[in-house]
Parts: sequence; C-alpha cells; structure tokens
Amino acid sequence: MPSRDGIAEPWGTRAPYGPGEVWPVRVDSRFVDGVTADDVDRWVPTASVLHSNGDGMDLAVKDGRVVGVRGRADDRVNHGRLDPKDLFGWDATSSRDRLTTPLVRRDGELAPASWEEAMSLVVDRSKELLDEQGPSAVGFYTSGQLFAEEYYTLAAIAHGAIGTSHLDGNTRLCTATAAAALKESFGCDGQPGSYADVDHADVIALFGHNAAETQAVLWSRVLDRLAGPNPPRLLCVDPRNTPVARAATVHLAPLPGTNVALMNAILHEVIANDHLDHDYIDRCTVGFDGLVEQVRQWTPERAAQVCGVAAGDIRDAAALVGRARRLMSTVLQGFYQSNQATAAAVQVNNLHLVRGMIGKPGAGVLQMNGQPTAQNTRECGADGDLTGFRNWANDAHVTELTRLWNIDGIPHFSPPTHLMQMLRYAENGTMRMLWVSATNPAVSLPELRRVRSILSQERLFLVVQDIYRTETAELADVVLPAAAWGEKTGTFTNTDRTVHYSGKAVDPPGQARPDLDILLDYARRMDFRDRDGAPFPPWHDPESAFQAWQRASAGRPCDQTGLSYALLAERGGVQWPCTEASPDGTERLYADGAFHAHPDDCESYGRDLVTGAPVEPSAYRAMNPEGKAMIKAAEFVPPHEAPDEEFPFALITGRTLYHFHTRTKTGRSKHLRAAAREVWLEVSTADAEANGIAEGDLVEVRTPRAAVRAHVRVCDIRPGVLFLPFHYGYWDADPERARDRAANELTRTDWDPVSKQPLFKTAAAALRRLEAGTGPSAAPTTTASAPTDPNVPPTAGGPGAAVLEDLDPGAAR
Amino acid sequence: MKLGLAIRELHRSESALARDLVAVADRHQVEHEVHHVANDLLRWSHGHLHELAAAGTSFGLRLRADIGTSRLAPARRSLSRLAVHRSTPGILLLADLRRLHRKAAGVSLDWELLAQGAQVAGDGDLLALAQRCHPQTLRQLTWANSMLKVLSPQVLAS
Repeated sequence: MPSRDGIAEPWGTRAPYGPGEVWPVRVDSRFVDGVTADDVDRWVPTASVLHSNGDGMDLAVKDGRVVGVRGRADDRVNHGRLDPKDLFGWDATSSRDRLTTPLVRRDGELAPASWEEAMSLVVDRSKELLDEQGPSAVGFYTSGQLFAEEYYTLAAIAHGAIGTSHLDGNTRLCTATAAAALKESFGCDGQPGSYADVDHADVIALFGHNAAETQAVLWSRVLDRLAGPNPPRLLCVDPRNTPVARAATVHLAPLPGTNVALMNAILHEVIANDHLDHDYIDRCTVGFDGLVEQVRQWTPERAAQVCGVAAGDIRDAAALVGRARRLMSTVLQGFYQSNQATAAAVQVNNLHLVRGMIGKPGAGVLQMNGQPTAQNTRECGADGDLTGFRNWANDAHVTELTRLWNIDGIPHFSPPTHLMQMLRYAENGTMRMLWVSATNPAVSLPELRRVRSILSQERLFLVVQDIYRTETAELADVVLPAAAWGEKTGTFTNTDRTVHYSGKAVDPPGQARPDLDILLDYARRMDFRDRDGAPFPPWHDPESAFQAWQRASAGRPCDQTGLSYALLAERGGVQWPCTEASPDGTERLYADGAFHAHPDDCESYGRDLVTGAPVEPSAYRAMNPEGKAMIKAAEFVPPHEAPDEEFPFALITGRTLYHFHTRTKTGRSKHLRAAAREVWLEVSTADAEANGIAEGDLVEVRTPRAAVRAHVRVCDIRPGVLFLPFHYGYWDADPERARDRAANELTRTDWDPVSKQPLFKTAAAALRRLEAGTGPSAAPTTTASAPTDPNVPPTAGGPGAAVLEDLDPGAAR
Repeated sequence: MKLGLAIRELHRSESALARDLVAVADRHQVEHEVHHVANDLLRWSHGHLHELAAAGTSFGLRLRADIGTSRLAPARRSLSRLAVHRSTPGILLLADLRRLHRKAAGVSLDWELLAQGAQVAGDGDLLALAQRCHPQTLRQLTWANSMLKVLSPQVLAS
C-alpha cells in the first residue's frame, strides 16, 4: 500500500474529481511500529477531537491500548482521510504526565487527594457560597472539547439546579461569532451549508479561514476539486499568504480590523452590478433597503483607503462572487477574532441572501467552528445559550425547558453572563467560585498578566477539571483528573451539523473519571432535586444522558430524536436535524427558503451590530413578523488599537496546522511537537529588511501590555503585519524563563459587543531585534509560515511518521 | 421662527451627552465593554455636534463642533484602575448608566422637536439631518438601558 510522510504531506495524495461527482475515497491509517491492521483486536468508532472538521475514524485497540487509527471510508465528512492531528494526536492520551489522582491545595502546594476529599471541598464551598450570596457567586467555564452529554448535564446543573447565569464555554474564544452571525441573519444557530457543497460549487470564498490548516481534510476535498475537471475558483481574504491564498484566483490581504469596510465594498459592487436574486430577496428576506443605503458610500476606492487593498482587486473579488452560479462561503477566525467580528461575518450571510444562494447544492455558507465539539456547547446550552437553541427572552421557551426538567424555574431576568464578564466579576470579587473544565484560560485568554492575577486570587475558589496539569491547574484550589477522548463514551457534532458517536477504547489512567461522571457525582453530592423530589439531573450514564438530550432537542432546529448510539456507531456521521421524518439527516438547511426566524420560534431577537444591545421582542416582531431571513447592514467602526509611531505594526495571533489550542495534547505528541516545537514570529520580507532582521533572529515583540521573545520567520505575510501563534504557554518551557512566550501576554482585553468574542487580532506592536539566530526559526515550512529563504530545511516527520494511503479500499479488503 | 433655539438646545444636550460618554468611558476603564462601546458611541455624538454646528450657521449661531477635553480625565482613569479589585464601583456604574440613559432620552426628544420644527418650516436639509442622526441617539439610549439590565443583577446581588 502506498504511504506518505504524514507531517511533510498534510493533505496527502490527490484524488481529482469534477463538479457534481462523488469525492473519491482514500483511506488513511497509521499504526505504532510493528503493528498492522491485521493485528488489531478491536476497532472503536469516533471522530476528530483536535479541530472542528469531524473526520470519522476508528481507533485500533490491541492488548488494552490504542495502537493506531484509521479513517472511515463510509463517513460523509472525510471519505477515509485523516489529517496530521488525527493521525498523530492520539499519542498524547497515553502520555506519562496525565493527571491520575485529584489534587487539593495544602499549605500553598497542590497535593494528591482522594475523590472523597476533593469533591467534599467543592461541594462544601458551593453550599457555603450559595447560602451566603446565592447563585451569582458561582460560575462555570467549560470547553469545546467535551461531549454533548457532558454539556447538557452541565447546563442542567448550572441553569436548572443552581440557577446561575454564569456559564460559558471556551467556544466564546473560537465560535461565538459563528453562532451570533447565524442568529442575526437566520434567527437561529445552525449551519445552512454542507461540506458536500465543495463538490458542486463553482466559486469558493474563504473569509479569514485558513482551511488548509484549521480543517485540513476539507482542504484536501477542495484540492481534489482544483485538480479535477472544471475546478472552482477561490477567493481568499487573509493578511497572510496561506496555502489557501496561494491557490486563490483573487487574494485580498486587508489591514487587520477592516473587514466590515471590505465586505461593504464587495456588497456595494454586487448591488451596483445587479448581481442580485430579486425574487429571493422579496420572497425570503427583510432589510435589503437598509443594506443598499449603508453600502452606497462604500465604493471600492473608499474601502481601498481603509483596508490597504487595491480597488481593482476588490472589484475582481466582487465580480468573482457576484457572477458565481454556485457560491460556497466559509468564515473563521480572521473575521471572528477581529474588530467588528459579528458585523463582518453577517455581511457574508448578506452576500448569500442577496444572491439567493442558500440551501442549494454548492450554494451555502458555513460559519465555521474552531473546536471539535463547539456546536454541542452551543446546542446543549453550555455556552450560556438556552438548551436546544431556545430563546432566553421568550418566556414560552424557558417554560418549555422548565417543564422538561421538572423544576420550579430557570432564572432569566438578564442575558447569560459571557466569559469575559465572568472574569470581570471574579476580578471585582463578586464571583467567588469558578469551575473550569477542559480548557486552559491561563494561556488562551487575552492579556495574560491580568488573567493570572484574577485566577490566582485567594478569595476565588478555582476548580480545574482536566487531563493534564495545565498552567491553569497550577493556579487551582482543587484539580479533578478527567478521562480523555477514547476513554469515555459520548457524541459530538462537527461544523456542518454531523453528529458522531465516540466509543470507549481503553480505560482512563489511575483514578481519572469521565467528565460526565464527575458532574453527576457533584449533582448527587449537592443533592439537587426536581419538583417531585427525585434526583436531578435524573440521567446516570452516557446513553441515558443522550436520550434526555434528544428529548430536549425535540421540535427544535437541532432535533436529534432520529438518532441513537447504535445507529451512529454503525453508520458514521449523520447531520441534524435527524427525526422520524428525516431519518437520514438533513444535508442543507433552509432549502425551501423557510427559516427558524419567526418571533415565536427564533433563538434570539438579535442585537445592534455596533452597540451589542439586544433587540426588544416587540421591535423584532415589528421588523420580522413572518420570520424571514434578515439582511443586516453595519457601519464600519475603526479598531480600538491602531498602529502608531511607538507601536508601528498590526499584531495578529493565530494557529498552525500541527497544533491545537495551548498544545496540552499536540505538544505531547512526538511528531506534532517536533513539527513546530517553539514559538515564532512571522515578519514580512520588506519589514525584515527595513529592520535588519534575518530568518531565525531573536526579537522582542512588544505591545502596550507586555513583551514576547521569539525567533523570526521571514515570509510573505502582508507588510506591516506581524503574526504570532498562540499555542505556546509555559508547561513545557524552561522553568526559569520569564512570562514572555505566550502570544496572549500581548493581546488586549476587548471583545465584540455582539458575540462577546475577544478580539485576538487587534493590537499594535513594536519590534526589536535582540540577537542573531543560530539557525532558522521552528516555524513549519509546509503552511502559511513557509519561509522566503529557500535554504530552510523542509518540515518532515521522518521515521515513524509514515501514513498508509489506500486509494482503492474496495479492492484491498 | 424658533428653529435656531431648537438647534441651540439640541447642541447643548448633545454636548452634555458627549461629555458624559467621555466621563463614563474614563471612569469605568476596567469595565471593558462599557469603556470601549462608550468611546464608539462618542463618535456618533461628535458627528452630530459637527453637523449641528454647520447647520447653526444659517441661523446665525456659532456653535462648537467638539466638546474639548476634560482636565479630570487622567484622574478618572487612574481611579478606575485603582479600584479594579473592588465591587463598590458597581453602584457608581449603575448610576452612571442611568444618567447616560436620561441624557440620551433628552437628546432624543430634542431631535424630535427639531424634526417637527423643520417640517413646519419646510426646511428639508434640517429634517434630513434629524432623520440621519436621531436613530443613532436611539441606539445610544437602548445601549445604556441594556447595559444597565445586564450588569445590575450582579451588582445588586453581591
């Protein structure tokens, strides 16, 4: 069987195909040395947990341990393919430094403890605070990496049993804007499009979405279309020269923070050239006139001034998307973590609405997620949303959930508290307990000096539930060891609404327990009861939790009543809604031009795109009585921190193909770690020359908040812009090293007022060369960080990184 | 005709609102959303003052197009940072948002009066000015209300 270096060739061998054809299967697999597929005792179905693509795969188990991984040929998402994090990331779960026992703080130090002792501390403190102050003293901050069953349980505990508004997920950092943009335009969360739109589109537009690195298997699908007959043309909006930019027909590299100006100019051109579906606009939308009015002044020339992009290029981009017959758009962090996040993302929805390109093959929009289970955080309500895409401001929706849970009521006098506000409440001492699960705020939140000062306060009782001793765990009062993916059972949903079952392959190490068990144990110890005095939540294991969640989803847009563990394990991924009426799932939403936007049905009444103020129910009803899609215009507001004389560069942070978040897992996988072992700073060729900087030189990059030291990668990023990956924290740094490694030392505390997503891509920075390097920086050569210098050795995995590729699995088996 | 009077009164109330937005943004630097959005909304008020000053000239008025800077600003900012770990400024924040809301409501009424006057006088330019600016005042008003609603439960419960 042919094989490739899984690090050096992240997207694998091409399998070209044409428009409307089925994407050919290519089964990727990798096993530990000396093991082949024939030796495997058991295959356990699951999907990717180190990005949002949801690649279906089977874990290979032999003698009670995971020995390999193989893509599922029958999965609708990946048709057998796996990306580097799928192929190598699982190594990390067997790392020797897993947490195996609870820890409690004694005399200032974390020390091993029993579950009894640890949970008693958590329960006693919870009760004390609830007695003293009430639910406003307690907050929960969870993840985008747990399972639906766990989020649903957490939402039931926080909103239902405790009655606190302080519950959010780290989806706030990655995907809150996706949800907000969908609510603004369609009245409800839920991706209209499907990955299968790649098979049909004639134009694919990627807005701030470096798909090649964030969703490498989806990018393989695009590459296979590009290699086939009648390939699609691409539009890329990104200040970096990403693999997507290199493949694009038109690449726009705007100044960070100017996306709304750019989008307004593109819409200006689309409208001026009448590339419009007037019938669709009349029949299916409200608000078109407001958009016409808003973008009238945004000529390409005006936007060119603001964005630093040639007016002709904006015209070319507008012509590309305006003349497309089947337009697919995707949006990610380049928009979501940038100035005016939601307003910009909504303009992409507007583009599709005015062109009538929603819900048809090849014509769809995906407001992407970043994390594997972010969609579940949202649909189950663990990001503060009301479970099942219900509407906090609609009393009937709250009552429905109250009845389902059989409890007295769910407080809903104010919108749920988002993470950044919770942090502020901890800072001013009014929130006194914070329970963090499966996330690492001490590295991933903006302005880390502030974050550390808040989390390390003695008056804050910090509980951390994780699989490793993270930077955040180091600050905790109690640490609870959790089971990892592959050690527990559950389901999760990817970016295009595909639900996967994830089975238990092996036992967790030591005393580590599944997150669901930890949460249910807490509920029992707290003795939460429903109205009839029965224990609440009433479910007791993954499958009963899933069934309860299915009932909560019934009748809502994310209806999953047609699914079961058995069906998912057998068939691989299925897209919700999946009901008795649609037992095979639903490929595209809104195919009939009908939306979940009716005032009685919608998940949100929306917000002002500039002020963030919620729209009152009566105003929504007047604006959109029939529940059509909403075209919402937005004025451009300049970023709050712009380059000046002292800080002349625009600094953006971001990710690389080989790592995920704060590297808690990918930094413990040998091959992924080696592929990008140390932080680097990307500087354009022109800026490097002007500042006398060469590849590999050590520099200091400073913002008004702090400084970071990194070796430089000279590359084709837009001049005037610096890029710093946010993955690198301190758990594997030299203990003597100052706090000058994590990108978030430099970022600002500022968020989009609509989605409340922090703006990681808006900062002004200064650059100073410290000393010559001893070689090239550790940045990968295969990705957006590809060097200008041709002598930098190419990134490769070498021995042990071989991946088998089966392009004809039917014949092989 | 008392249109000049209406413009002068509106300019006065809009200036007061603008000064208040500056004060709130400074005083609550550590309440990041309040701080940033108040500064964003200040741009609208600045724009209104600029347009009112221009419109006033045809009525023989000489109105300032800006609000100048306050000598208190640095002190307000450092006080905000000094109290970052305390909960007591929460009450001050609620009072400030309440006052912002009242002032924005006054400006809104003044736009209403100006629009009525412009219509009765048949002054199309002035009416267009009111129609352009008044919606932004209403959005400032709604924002102050919504922040009060969002932030008050924690302040009052703790």
